Amino acid sequence: MKLKHVKSLLETETVFEDSNDKDDIEIKNACGADLMSDVLAFSNEKTLLLTGLTNPQVLRTAEMVEIQVIIFVRAKKPSLETVSLAKKLNIYLYSTDKSLFEACGLLYKNGVGPEEMNYIETSK
Amino acid sequence: MQKQRILKKEIESFDFQSGGEASSDLKNTLRKLGVSSKIVRKTAIITYELEMNVIIHSLGGEITVFVSKDELEIRVDDCGPGIEDLDKAFTAGYSTASEEIREMGFGAGMGLVNVKRYADQINVESSKENGTHVNVKIELTN
Repeated sequence: MKLKHVKSLLETETVFEDSNDKDDIEIKNACGADLMSDVLAFSNEKTLLLTGLTNPQVLRTAEMVEIQVIIFVRAKKPSLETVSLAKKLNIYLYSTDKSLFEACGLLYKNGVGPEEMNYIETSK
Repeated sequence: MQKQRILKKEIESFDFQSGGEASSDLKNTLRKLGVSSKIVRKTAIITYELEMNVIIHSLGGEITVFVSKDELEIRVDDCGPGIEDLDKAFTAGYSTASEEIREMGFGAGMGLVNVKRYADQINVESSKENGTHVNVKIELTN
């Protein structure tokens, strides 16, 4: 699913995006979590995080696993500090009125898959 | 290639503002060195988990990273108070983090579990007297 369809499906409000249009990036899978270590544990390369947390550490966590888009659920808005870090890291931020459960459910129903549990491939 | 230090950074207790900066710097350095994205990502996850552990659980510490031809070595040393039960600390879901820390999205009880999962070698020594010392090695040849 293209990002523009995700935005339309979840009726998002834009918190931060720059002039380089990412609407056409493909969202193959997504991660919904409020615990940052869970994001890091499930983290193969992915593109979208849905979360109810809005502090700057969410951006740092996203940076570590190369998440390009974060959608804050339940209409939450991040602090200026969080937005400023998003600009620096070029991670797009959106907000949706929907709950984490509903947002994840809508995406799943429309073809966005869960992440494979087995994270980064290792030699072990 | 001789072993070279590519990162040395002090980490202060409860400095959430700077949390992740060391890992971010390291990630950029590794990219410039031409390390593969898979290894950059797992190194970033390990370093970030350890960096946040120092911020959340310790009285402050230091993170140092070395690179050689075949491996990366991450050393994280803190000033205490030490991990009470090391076995439990490596159990998924076990956490001693406060409610306040959990509200910030940490304390899932997955920190050291994640580190161990991504590391090729890990050694942790911890005591009340000497603090916690973590040594992680990541092979560059994978």
